[in-house]
Amino acid sequence: MGKVFKYGENVDTDVIIPARHLNTSDPAELAKHCMEDIDADFVSKVKAGDLIVAGRNFGCGSSREHAPIAIKAAGVSCVIAPTFARIFYRNSFNTGLPILECEEAAVRIAAGDEVEVNFKTGEIRNITKGEAYQAEAFPEFINRIIENDGLVNYVKNNL
Amino acid sequence: MGMTMTQKILAAHAGLKEVKAGQFIEADLDIVLANDITGPVAIKEFQKMGAERVFDKNKVVLVPDHFTPNKDIKAAEQCKMLREFAVDQKIENYFEVGEMGIEHALLPEKGIVVAGDAVIGADSHTCTYGALGAFATGIGSTDMAAGMARGKAWFKVPSAIRFELTGKPAKWVSGKDVILHIIGMIGVDGALYKSMEFMGPGLKNLSMDDRLAMANMAIEAGAKNGIFLVDDKTKEYLREHKNKNKAFKKKIKIYQPDKDAVYDETYVIDLSKIRPTVAFPHLPENTRTIDEVGDIRIDQVVIGSCTNGRMEDMKVAAKILKGKKVAKNLRLIIFPGTQHIYLECVKNGYAEIFVKAGAVFSTPTCGPCLGGHMGILAAGERAVATTNRNFVGRMGHVESEIYLASPAVAAATAVMGKIYNPEDL
Repeated sequence: MGKVFKYGENVDTDVIIPARHLNTSDPAELAKHCMEDIDADFVSKVKAGDLIVAGRNFGCGSSREHAPIAIKAAGVSCVIAPTFARIFYRNSFNTGLPILECEEAAVRIAAGDEVEVNFKTGEIRNITKGEAYQAEAFPEFINRIIENDGLVNYVKNNL
Repeated sequence: MGMTMTQKILAAHAGLKEVKAGQFIEADLDIVLANDITGPVAIKEFQKMGAERVFDKNKVVLVPDHFTPNKDIKAAEQCKMLREFAVDQKIENYFEVGEMGIEHALLPEKGIVVAGDAVIGADSHTCTYGALGAFATGIGSTDMAAGMARGKAWFKVPSAIRFELTGKPAKWVSGKDVILHIIGMIGVDGALYKSMEFMGPGLKNLSMDDRLAMANMAIEAGAKNGIFLVDDKTKEYLREHKNKNKAFKKKIKIYQPDKDAVYDETYVIDLSKIRPTVAFPHLPENTRTIDEVGDIRIDQVVIGSCTNGRMEDMKVAAKILKGKKVAKNLRLIIFPGTQHIYLECVKNGYAEIFVKAGAVFSTPTCGPCLGGHMGILAAGERAVATTNRNFVGRMGHVESEIYLASPAVAAATAVMGKIYNPEDL
């Protein structure tokens, strides 16, 4: 369970982690600058387990895996949006950042709401509003990657 | 049910007769690419996977182009890691500063990607190679690592949007204007998870440099890939840019969409109706024609990048800048895509035109496009750039602004100090 940080549509990877910080790939270092260009207070306010809820096409732009890495390392437990940009979508599963596609949740959940997510069932519970929303279940193929705890182990087990 | 061009390439690389949109497949890869930002992360993941050697040293391509020539110590460390990996793995297609270019300008020029290939690159603009009739898509570093280890990648087979091109573009209208027009029409997620397939009688009126610029920006509409039908121009280009390394055997394979291929949508685009187009801050979909721009003063103009750093782009810039001066207090930065293009600019006098006009003529680098180095913006500054993204803070300060345009509009702007129609010069 965590508190929600809410953002609009088309949150791009340049605001999630600006390129000026891409001269490192250290997760802790990247986390210090997470969301810096869209929300300068994010890093000082975010607590382990908090969630990001945003509008459609979250993570558009560059292929930098530094974006999901920075979000995960900042302590975010899940990102919820109606749709994700496709490279960000892949990168999230591959690096073990849980994401859920759910339009209703993205619309209904407000900044600061307490939210709980069941990744097995895809159920998103809004404790503050006393509501629940159902996200799309993961495709079976994605589940296999998740079961292997990310693509690194999936490949390790299939080399 | 018929398959799209993309689906046919994917089916062939997955060893399947047929694939359907939505199906998960694992495909064999012809090229696996990374740069100095994504490569180091991929190398670490590669090692974590327990992999020792890359699946094929001729099919892995590493290009240090983003923060090179090394912009600071950390960037130098990342490039060093890439270089050492390339040496250790005996990777033929590693391009050191001095021979490197911006990856998506370099690979087609060197004949490293050809029609029919399946390519992944840890860079979102990998979709550029669709101009050659290849399936090419951007992925992240972990996919890159898996690709280097196994020579395979997983894909969800995309559905597609068909763009039926007709007519001939007007004098100052380029592929950049066409793709900005399309993104303005369908939006930055208009092709999300899908292929954009370009075909039709208008294709013959688009040069390869036009097509490369268009396929390059497919990602800016959210697409998985952009791809062009192969025609005589493609074949001529592939002949002219044959890879000279004999060990690196490339086979051209031409795929056509089935006659009964299913497309989610079809747009008919009359190229003769497209006006020079500018994308306003802070999304590539915020497009206006040059006639609707108004009076916008500009501090910096950037001509180059993986979108518009090719020979034709340099040529059009030189044509406009010849005998002219850059507007007072405006900075014009021109960076060609590759060393070959750089040298051609020197040979045919473009470099002299640029320098005499008061421009900076730089070595190839991605630098300014992503706010890395070589042209960062201060708060309140406005730039016209021939690059591909105008997100908040992309080129520097979060309070700076980027207007995306063609090399012709950019060069005219550099001369006039405000966004300017090249037709009116």
